[in-house]
Amino acid sequence: MKTTKHYGPYGGQYVAETLMGPLNELAAAYLEAKEDPEFQREFAALLKDYVGRESPITVCRRLSAKLGGATIALKREDLNHTGAHKVNNTIGQALLAKRMGKKRLIAETGAGMHGVATATVAALLGMPCEVYMGAIDVKRQAPNVERMKMLGATVHAIEEGSATLKDAMNEALRDWVTNCDDTFYVIGTAAGPYPYPEMVKDFQSVIGREARRQCLEKFGRLPDQAIACVGGGSNAIGLFAGFLDDAGVKLVGVEAAGRGIATGEHAASINGGRLGVLHGAKTMLLQTADGNVIDTYSVSAGLDYPGVGPEHCYLHDTGRAEYSSITDDEAIAAFDDLCRYEGIIPALESSHALAEAIKRAPSLPKETILLVCLSGRGDKDLENILAYKKSRSAGQDM
Amino acid sequence: MKQRITDCFAKAKSEGRGAFVAYMTIGYPTLEKSEAAVETLISEGADIIELGVPFSDPFADGAVIRAAAYEALRQGVTLHDVIALAKRVRSRHPETGLVLFSYYNLLFANGLEKFADEAADAGIDAVLAVDLPLEERDELLAVLRPRGMSYVPLIAPNTPIGRVKASAEGLENTFLYVITVKGITGARKELPKELSSRLDEVRAAVKLPIAAGFGISSKEQADEICRHADGYIIGSALVKRFGAQS
Repeated sequence: MKTTKHYGPYGGQYVAETLMGPLNELAAAYLEAKEDPEFQREFAALLKDYVGRESPITVCRRLSAKLGGATIALKREDLNHTGAHKVNNTIGQALLAKRMGKKRLIAETGAGMHGVATATVAALLGMPCEVYMGAIDVKRQAPNVERMKMLGATVHAIEEGSATLKDAMNEALRDWVTNCDDTFYVIGTAAGPYPYPEMVKDFQSVIGREARRQCLEKFGRLPDQAIACVGGGSNAIGLFAGFLDDAGVKLVGVEAAGRGIATGEHAASINGGRLGVLHGAKTMLLQTADGNVIDTYSVSAGLDYPGVGPEHCYLHDTGRAEYSSITDDEAIAAFDDLCRYEGIIPALESSHALAEAIKRAPSLPKETILLVCLSGRGDKDLENILAYKKSRSAGQDM
Repeated sequence: MKQRITDCFAKAKSEGRGAFVAYMTIGYPTLEKSEAAVETLISEGADIIELGVPFSDPFADGAVIRAAAYEALRQGVTLHDVIALAKRVRSRHPETGLVLFSYYNLLFANGLEKFADEAADAGIDAVLAVDLPLEERDELLAVLRPRGMSYVPLIAPNTPIGRVKASAEGLENTFLYVITVKGITGARKELPKELSSRLDEVRAAVKLPIAAGFGISSKEQADEICRHADGYIIGSALVKRFGAQS
């Protein structure tokens, strides 16, 4: 059953006692802001005038024709200022931070898009910002690190554990528990303790609300399937939010299968994990038999996280949404297709959602609309993709 | 239900001192050496031992305990090893209080019932889960209570007194672990000025004994704390000491 803090057996507030006060303060402030027309007006104005919303829907004519089946349409979150959906949420949370009188923003980041989006809004609102990022991600997402620094943020490279997103989040939590009086922790995904999953969903739900209206305007009907990639799951929950009550719209989350779920080298928490507790919530978790968290793997840094937002686990259990998975190879192939057939360079994360649509399209009639959330642009991934292709072709030569 | 923890605090009080609660990350620097460290601490007068279970994501810990946890994990130390060690310690020391100190997922991962059976069999008195606040603890208490085990609640500097009382409610044979500072574990040169009055305030609000922890490393700090608390907890400083000896 869905309650305020829980989604069936998922969610909750599994945090150190010191953070209960700040979480309660945050929840109260958020619920108040949510009902305040002035807050909502300010949020909407920034989304329009600063982010450049609304983002368009683009029909992939050549790609769909090549596949010879369903029509693939993209919700273009890649066209937002900063190049991804992340900014929708950071604007919301930063406005809330200001409203609460907090002086400093901190964030964790994987691919760097959330870090950039937080650094951006920190500059916009004149707040100091510190971003925690796994050392491995700092390497594979170097352009985003430079962007954050240019925007005035301090980036901390975390060498501990697996040196990826989960370790960055551990360090951000350590910062928050130490500095909670004046610091606002801007969580980038729909995970973490209550009220974060709900708050992030609300701020990202602009994706789904817009997309629903745009589909009605453009196609005269709703899409048949709404497809989005799921790491922590913020763009997916934002897209799904617009269609949860439309029983005819199939909701599809796409996890990162990395080198294949059978290999153990993946980041597919719902498909390959079991119930656990990490970073403040009960969630499907990639863990060892003993309950330690596994080092996840995906070519896409933004999906490289061992847990997943609690509401996704719940939507999976209730059957309202289905969760598939896409390998590195499939995602890269989809990336190439979108570049060459549509002139759009997608983020590797979003390429997972696109790959799922490409898989489904051929067996479906032309009238079927597959709406894919193109959550971000791929400029940040170019070096990474070139290296990946090089290593693959080297492997094939051997 | 055994009253070992209650007895430990009563004994210390009768001797005119605060109870000494000692934390060790089990498996650091090795499983054998951490067991030897526990023996040394008991011989040096520790009333209660907190057996730290190494976890892959120690987000509430400072650098010393994190490094110890990673090293223990590298050697493959698991919850089962910690419980087995507890059983051996119990067989040698029938009166020492034993608290299992863990992150919640490790207890939850293989089923709470199974965990609780093993912990009770080993003679563990109480469990502390760092990331299991009042709101979420009932499912763990539900497996501890029938097996005669208790729970150690954490009290933070920003925990309101009403919540302190609620945290102590319904618990026996335990103590409140009062965190001295907002932040993570680790030795600090100075403790906050308002600590004494905070300890007095918490102590006055509950019947359970209270012990202060986080940041305590010296005899002087411990002596000062015991004027306002029933016991004190030392963690990182001990982990560092036994790590350096190896």
